[in-house]
This record gives sequence, structure tokens and C-alpha cells, in this order.
Amino acid sequence: MRFEAQVEVTHLPGVLDPQGATVERALPALGYTNVSCVRIGKSIRLVVDAPDAEAAAAQVDEMCHRLLANPVIEAFTVEVVALQEA
Amino acid sequence: MATRVGVVVFPGTNCEMDVVHAVEVLGGSADLVWHGDRSVAGHDAIVVPGGFAHGDYLRTGAIARFSPVMEAVRAFADEGGPVVGICNGFQVLTEAHLLPGALQKNAGLKFRCATVTCRVEHDRSALTHGVAPGTELALPINHFEGNFTCDAETLARIRANDQVVLRYVDNPNGSVDDIAGVSNEAGNVVGLMPHPERAAEAILGSADGAVLLRALLTAARTRV
Repeated sequence: MRFEAQVEVTHLPGVLDPQGATVERALPALGYTNVSCVRIGKSIRLVVDAPDAEAAAAQVDEMCHRLLANPVIEAFTVEVVALQEA
Repeated sequence: MATRVGVVVFPGTNCEMDVVHAVEVLGGSADLVWHGDRSVAGHDAIVVPGGFAHGDYLRTGAIARFSPVMEAVRAFADEGGPVVGICNGFQVLTEAHLLPGALQKNAGLKFRCATVTCRVEHDRSALTHGVAPGTELALPINHFEGNFTCDAETLARIRANDQVVLRYVDNPNGSVDDIAGVSNEAGNVVGLMPHPERAAEAILGSADGAVLLRALLTAARTRV
């Protein structure tokens, strides 16, 4: 079966996010004075062939640990959805 | 026989000839090692130079870590061989888990290009072998992601083990504990953000980088 995985990579709490901080400082200039906690991360989509959703999620989780994220400074979440076979 | 330094080249590396030149000026010999090579045999020391290995895609150093040559570099390091990562090379070595911590974007989101003063913190690394602790060196930096970070436990460990090799006198990028360079536990693998190869001759404005590179050549020679 084919599964689409959506990986979200974010900075660990406490890790500086200068991009997020800069955007947060820019928003009030447009009148959005009620915004805080802006964090900018990465979104990665990929399709894997796997026997089931658990196997697909486990494999993508391993990819995150080994390549897609750096656990020293980043956290990640993985969501897996089965693709309809054509 | 001159000390033989292998200088690793990834697609996107751009400081390799500076390193080769500096090593040769200091009496060593240097040759380039392509990232697709599976061996670093015949070298007394390995330098992973600066640049943008694999375009810095995903994260700095993240893809370079999986280049075939890195297995050979790891084996060389495991046997005690001196390995130095400069700037992007430092990022590659942290991604490869040959060094602790990680490099994040500079605090303040500024690309920093400047000559900064760094203090040698201890002499038990391959890059500071024989250099008196407390020695201050004027070295150029040229980076956007040189803000060294690690968790509190790792910081306590690397401080206790004397793995902090170099500190900035005036922190230019937000690095935790002013760290400019770190080593592994054994001291034979070192990473630093400043570029000693760009300050290895007086004509370049500072010859202080030669102090570190000469120490590397000595460390490489005395090991063999």
C-alpha cells in the first residue's frame, strides 16, 4: 500500500528561532498587535510503500531521527494517510 | 617527509584550496579527497573545510554526513586520527555525531563576516596541541549558522571534559558559553567556526591561524 506522510519539523522549545522572532516583530507593523509565539519550521511530504500504516509511520519516524530532523535542536511530528489506489 | 593532510571536498565546498595553500605554506603537503571516495588512506590528518556542502539543503551538513567518504573519516577518527572541521566542516562533523551539539542560525539573524578574537581554552586537542591556554588569536569568521548550541547536560559534560577548545572573547553569534570550537572526548576531532586557513600569513591581515594549523601538523606527525 502507498501512504503519504506529512512531517512537521519544529525547533525544540528554548532553541532560538530568529526567523520566527523577526516575523513576530514585523506583524505589529501591519496592525496585528495580539500575536506571540511565532515559530517557523519545515513541512516535508513524502510517499512510502509499506504493508500498513504502522509500518509506514515507523519507517518515517526512523527517517526523521536519521536525516529529516536533528534531534539536538529540532522536534518532529509524523502523520500518515493511506493513499487511494488508482 | 611532510605531514600529509587530506582535504575533503563535497559538491558546494569552497574553502578547500585555502586550506591546501595554508598547509603547504606551513611545510605540510595537502591533497583533495572527493566526497565519493571510500578511503582516506595515506593521510596523517583530515580537514573538512568550509563552504556549502550539498547546498546546505535540509540543514547544514545534513546530507554531507551520508557521503561515502564520511565512513572513512569516521574510521580514521575512531583510530585516533586528527580530524578538523572548519565552519561548514564543523557543521558536517556535528551532523555526523563526531562532535557534540549543533550549529543554529546566528542570534539576531545576521550573517557575520568579521575578524574576531578567540581564546585557546586548553591544549589537549589536535588543533591546540602545544598552544598555551589563554592565548588569544585574531581569526576571521564568515557564517550565518555558527550559533553553537547543545542541551544543558551536554554543555556540563563538554566543560568537565575540557572539550571547549576555543571561546569568543566577544561573542558574535549567540553561541552558548561563547563556544567557538569544540572537540570530541579524545581531543582528536575538532570543529570550529573561525577560519584559521584565512589567517595563516601576515599578508592576510593575521597569521594567528597558523598557530592552530601548525599545532595540527605537529599533532598529526607525533601520532604516527
